Amino acid sequence: MKFNRKDLLGMRELSREEIQLILDTAIPMKDVIKRDIKKVPTLRGKAMVTVFYENSTRTRTSFEIAGKYLSADTVNLAISSSSVQKGESLRDTIKTIEVMGFDLMVMRHSMSGTPQYVARNTSMSVINAGDGQHEHPTQALLDMYSIRESKGTLEGLKVAIVGDILHSRVARSNIYGLSKFGCEIRVVGPSTLIPPEVERMGVKAYYSMEQALRDVDVINVLRIQRERQEAGLFPSLDEYANMYMLSNRHLKYAKEDVLVLHPGPMNRGVEISSEVAEGSHSVINEQVTNGVAVRMALLFLMMGGSKDEIAG
Amino acid sequence: MRLLVKGGRVIDPDNDLDQIMDLLIEDGIISQIGIDIDQTGAEVIDARNMLVCPGFIDMHVHLREPGFEYKEDIVTGTRAAAVGGFTAVCCMPNTQPVVDSAPVVRFIREKAEKAGLVRVYPIGTISKGQAGQELSEVADLLAAGCVAISDDGKPVVKANVMRNALEYTKMFGIPVLSHCEDMELSQDGQMHEGYFSTIYGLKGIPAAAEELMVARDIRLAELTGGHIHICHLSTKDSLELVRQARARGVNVSCEVTPHHLTLSDEILGDYDSDAKVNPPLRSAEHIQALIEALQDGTIDCIATDHAPHHREAKDCEFQLAAMGISGLETAVAVIMDRLVQEGQLDVYDMVRLFSCGPADILGLDGGTLNIGARADLTIIDPAAVRKVEPEKFQSKGKNTPFKGQILTGWPYITIVNGKIVAREGSIV
Repeated sequence: MKFNRKDLLGMRELSREEIQLILDTAIPMKDVIKRDIKKVPTLRGKAMVTVFYENSTRTRTSFEIAGKYLSADTVNLAISSSSVQKGESLRDTIKTIEVMGFDLMVMRHSMSGTPQYVARNTSMSVINAGDGQHEHPTQALLDMYSIRESKGTLEGLKVAIVGDILHSRVARSNIYGLSKFGCEIRVVGPSTLIPPEVERMGVKAYYSMEQALRDVDVINVLRIQRERQEAGLFPSLDEYANMYMLSNRHLKYAKEDVLVLHPGPMNRGVEISSEVAEGSHSVINEQVTNGVAVRMALLFLMMGGSKDEIAG
Repeated sequence: MRLLVKGGRVIDPDNDLDQIMDLLIEDGIISQIGIDIDQTGAEVIDARNMLVCPGFIDMHVHLREPGFEYKEDIVTGTRAAAVGGFTAVCCMPNTQPVVDSAPVVRFIREKAEKAGLVRVYPIGTISKGQAGQELSEVADLLAAGCVAISDDGKPVVKANVMRNALEYTKMFGIPVLSHCEDMELSQDGQMHEGYFSTIYGLKGIPAAAEELMVARDIRLAELTGGHIHICHLSTKDSLELVRQARARGVNVSCEVTPHHLTLSDEILGDYDSDAKVNPPLRSAEHIQALIEALQDGTIDCIATDHAPHHREAKDCEFQLAAMGISGLETAVAVIMDRLVQEGQLDVYDMVRLFSCGPADILGLDGGTLNIGARADLTIIDPAAVRKVEPEKFQSKGKNTPFKGQILTGWPYITIVNGKIVAREGSIV
């Protein structure tokens, strides 16, 4: 099977087979990361650029090193310090980058839908590295990879996503991805952070951690942003932490071998306790490694290549 | 000068008329309606299989002049109206300067006169500077030619200002046209709040942001006895509020736009900013309620809220894009194709909603085929099939979510004062 997409904009549009292909391709990629010589020549002569309109050291570095391990030329554009300040339109910025000859652009933007707009207006491939409150497909892919790696399968698992569902692109992308594998998905958080009509997405919404976490196989904890409290969506971080911070007392509701994920960076003591973050159920560090593997797989598939090439 | 419109289906809801007949125009006046009118010496329009209607009136357009001529001006806006089948438009006062004084009203009227295509009825602001604080000089505005007042584009936030406006306009017998929006609830909103705002990750504007203000304004109209007109009504419960108020005898009227009647929030998944508009495109449930309200008479008229924008204001990140749809050149075709041809709206009702509907709200001299009336006519070819091609619009605003769609039922000829001003999409 070949991956026939110019762009990767969201998990909603991906088929189960496409997701499977990406996850399968990431397995040999992870081996590359663990080698002594972490370099394969596969994407030599290809050029990619990361364009981040919103800060994120973690995701940007992950894409950059993924490209480098595959021998692509990678350039990072720190956008806030260049064209926007000079008043250039996004369309002109993209065109300028395109005519420099890049094959692929990784874009993060604080406004939902911007990668879609960009993809329509450029011949480069576009990977969405997170757009506003919409989607963050590579995060969902690395979460799914991590779950599959630990559990052996995704099929039929019970997954709880905890926290600020309303503003979370990670939650949305996970919901789309996991639901294609028959997972039972639950979202839990304060009622002001549960988006309208979320259950039409095929999930069940909870306000109670005890009910939401009962018998789950996986708990994915979302980052809480302090601005949400300032916007009046909950009264204080203390009250939030008292009700929704994932701590050891919650884990007993879940299955014994429950897996704990967090997309990072963590606010310890707000949405997750240190003991859980560092405990035996947590795969939070493994997620970061898997993120590189999944992004390598994606770059490889999108800039041309079939799975067999890498295995040898 | 005789012009004979021959053999068309003449629909004039103002006179309960719907019959295949001839219509004769002499010296700009409708002089005769009947069968087999003598055509000696007359220019003849073959109107067989056409709908011959009173000139359509769009009571809600933004012509942008003065101040925003890069978006639209009175010449391009009235050209757009003429090819769109409208013989008259009412232009909103949120220009630069705003229409809060007689000289600006006169400027618009002179420009419109010079353009010489369709009638332009200016609307003045409710408040000085459109600032929502003090009432404009309403009597002076009316004397200069305004037909109503509105702060459209933004709501009148202060209830006491709206109360005074309704109280004060009562003595002139004009409506206050209200843009109903609670700005705190709608703040930063990009689209209708609901399932699709959830999955597209865009901040929602709840239906309640409109309904709160509709409820307030209706209550104030009830308190004062003034006439409140709800602009671009878009939600199910706003309709319910209007129905209940009418039953209590409140003087309330309302308009709805073609886009709110035919497009749902689901289409925003492409993040196409041409579909970004305020109030936002609503969900299917609201659309259904709006269509039912067209049928049962709750809605008084269809108005486009024609909001042309410059390309740069739309060709950007969705969240940064301006709100508004360029509507004059697609309104009739959209309603014909999506509602009339689909059997959702009777063609007779459509004509009423575009002609005597708005004329009655504003007390305009028009919207009728009375013998002796000025000959403003809209002739529609219900079988014409055309593609919406914004690049060919007369309007400077190419911002339409209907672009590329093939629609059936277009304006054929637009006649103002007995003179053909537009024919089949072109200015004559």
